[in-house]
Amino acid sequence: MARVVVDVMLKPEILDPQGQAVQRALPRLGFDGISDVRQGKRFELELDGPADEAALARVRELAETFLANTVIEDFTVRVENGPASGNEPAAETVQAAS
Amino acid sequence: MTLDTTKHAAGTPDADQPWAELGLKQDEYERIRDILGRRPTGAELAMYSVMWSEHCSYKSSKVHLKQFGEKAPASDAMLVGIGENAGVVDVGQGYAVTFKVESHNHPSYIEPYQGAATGVGGIVRDILAMGARPVAVMDPLRFGAADHPDTKRVLPGVVAGIGGYGNCLGLPNIGGEVVFDPCYQGNPLVNALCVGVMKHEDIHLAKASGAGNKVILYGARTGGDGIGGVSVLASETFDSTGPAKRPAVQVGDPFQEKLLIECTLEIFNEDLVAGIQDLGGAGLSCATSELASAGSGGMRVELDTVPLRDSSLSPEEILMSESQERMCAIVEPGKVDRFLEICEKWDVIATVIGEVTEGDRLEIFWHGEQIVDVPPRTVAHEGPVYHRPYERPSWQDALQADGADKLARPGGGEELREQVLALVASPNQASKSWVTDQYDRFVQGNTVLAQPEDSGMIRIDEESNLGVAVATDGNGRYAKLDPYTGAQLALAESYRNVAATGAKPLAVTDCLNFGSPEDPAVMWQFAEACRGLADACLELGTPVTGGNVSLYNQTGETAIHPTPVVGVLGVIDDVTRRTPMAFAEEGQLIYLLGDTADELGGSAWSQVVHGHLGGLPPKLDLEREKLLAEILIAGSRDGMIDAAHDLSDGGLVQAVTESCLGGGKGARLVVPDGLSPFVFLFSESASRAIVAVPRSEEVRFNDMCGARGMPATRIGVVDGDAVEVQGEFSIPLAELRAAHDATIPALLA
Repeated sequence: MARVVVDVMLKPEILDPQGQAVQRALPRLGFDGISDVRQGKRFELELDGPADEAALARVRELAETFLANTVIEDFTVRVENGPASGNEPAAETVQAAS
Repeated sequence: MTLDTTKHAAGTPDADQPWAELGLKQDEYERIRDILGRRPTGAELAMYSVMWSEHCSYKSSKVHLKQFGEKAPASDAMLVGIGENAGVVDVGQGYAVTFKVESHNHPSYIEPYQGAATGVGGIVRDILAMGARPVAVMDPLRFGAADHPDTKRVLPGVVAGIGGYGNCLGLPNIGGEVVFDPCYQGNPLVNALCVGVMKHEDIHLAKASGAGNKVILYGARTGGDGIGGVSVLASETFDSTGPAKRPAVQVGDPFQEKLLIECTLEIFNEDLVAGIQDLGGAGLSCATSELASAGSGGMRVELDTVPLRDSSLSPEEILMSESQERMCAIVEPGKVDRFLEICEKWDVIATVIGEVTEGDRLEIFWHGEQIVDVPPRTVAHEGPVYHRPYERPSWQDALQADGADKLARPGGGEELREQVLALVASPNQASKSWVTDQYDRFVQGNTVLAQPEDSGMIRIDEESNLGVAVATDGNGRYAKLDPYTGAQLALAESYRNVAATGAKPLAVTDCLNFGSPEDPAVMWQFAEACRGLADACLELGTPVTGGNVSLYNQTGETAIHPTPVVGVLGVIDDVTRRTPMAFAEEGQLIYLLGDTADELGGSAWSQVVHGHLGGLPPKLDLEREKLLAEILIAGSRDGMIDAAHDLSDGGLVQAVTESCLGGGKGARLVVPDGLSPFVFLFSESASRAIVAVPRSEEVRFNDMCGARGMPATRIGVVDGDAVEVQGEFSIPLAELRAAHDATIPALLA
């Protein structure tokens, strides 16, 4: 059993109206000193088996084709509580092909 | 990296420049060097490359588009013609209406939701820039085969994007089209039309005059959106093999646009602007050069004052960025404070970025150093013009010789019945409610008619009930068979659709969607379509007020069908007198107006039953078309007809089906003497309509048609709960409805 986390964020150059709305609300609520907010999505996938290379490859594939719209979004894949064997990287970042 | 200033450029004539990557041709690059007398700076190169792209410069189409001006019919209604952000038409009572259709085809293929959404945003800003309040939108759409897997990706995204953006803006979507054909696989067409209303005195133009006037950029911050979108995307063929070019897609924010609309209208109301332009394709490059080019003086811009979303953007990127929801205004110095105050009130960022100058140069500075120094006309209005070779394709004769007359026709009533059901259930003829129900049609409370009516109609004055009607049409199959006639048929159908609702057609906007202009066969289609459309506009008395050309809609060697989409705007003095499409009263008489010939080339029947495209499209008699419109308008005004529906693709049986299902009433039809049941039901002869006439009006109606020489044939009566063709077949409404309504949801939902 392993948990893999996929974070999906709009690419840096893409307009993020939701993030902007949050950012504009902050000073109104008394939270100063924050110059930018970007909002994204986080997916937590519980794997049946270990988070080995093959499993991660499948997660990357599903993230690229389903969880993220890689035209406008990037995603990262990382293992949150890695299995005991420990020969997989604890966290791994994958940039969407663009 | 050193800043590429004009001084630096003059001193380094031999520096390598990425003109080819930016889409410029060798001779175009040489011409820029000639104009400037030195190599362009990076920023200048960026500006020229986007402004000289096909999308912005119309370099391949210009020589043909000229005809729309040269052959324009004299029209008292035209207040502003081609060349401005959109044309403006006088509709009486002091009101003016502006409308325009544009394409957002390529972006919508790459990112359907945002591509379609920003297409709506862009056309709305065009209309706003004329001084008008946008009041309605509509979207003519073309997709690949309905059952192709990629259509399931593209269509729902496009529809959601149009709905999402338009609904958030609070603009009713009152019509348009959804057409499927395998030729649009990989090149869907997403055209967007917007209608705006203003008083005559509120018309604003895109020019920068008056030295000392300030240049104000307002709206959203500038980010790295869609950099080079027009040069890379809209002006090159998609490569069918290599990895797709994916420049940053623009993401729209409809709530920002809503603020921009209200803010701009308040600014107009206080008469604070001397000139205004929206930022669309080519962004600031386009707005600054076009404003300066159209005005009397020059312009000086401090580019580093532009508010940015991403501080790392280079000057070139800022000039090319296509960030949405931005406008550029020219404001007298004494009015700047009030202008900024109104922007502040609406939470819209506004910044003075420069001023109009005495000279005749557009100069742009970056932290005090000059990076652009160009004659603005050379950027905006005097770009390259190509007389591209064109030639009637060698296959055209064979295509036209392969007529529909050799196709097997139905043998008897039973087979007719099957083919009628197949026709009304085919993706192109089936109900599009699944699509249009995702759009808000009635927001603002002025929608009189919306899809599936022949045209959308909006009330523009609540006291007098003055209204306008708009329809769009375009049949790529007809245009493929004969681009000249095909373009005219598109206009005629749109014109007829407007007249069928009781409105008088006044003006035209067009979106010309074609393949690559570098292919002489495509260029011939384009030239023929322009010639046909201009000739027909002259004859119908409806001038083209503006529009858009979208080329390079092709994948590899395969171009889309030539698809001229034509929008017609009409005026109706009293919207309560409109004519709906639905049969509402049992016992009313159904008349067929016009002549029916054996014309099945390019027809829906030939596509649905035989998968065939060949022969010639229906003939068109524009005099007859005008007469039909007069009859439909007079019939509506004088209360002689209670329902009317134009006949087009699918022929009479399609129109009867829609009118019956719309009102929940059946019809008993009799095949007129001299016509075979098959031709009666499926022929697509032009300039025809069906109308429902109350019995009390029959004599008066017949007298009118007789006196004016309009063939009118009584073909049946509104009655019962089936569509029955006497002696042939009968289809219960429930069965007809199931066939007509189920197709699109089954394919896409």
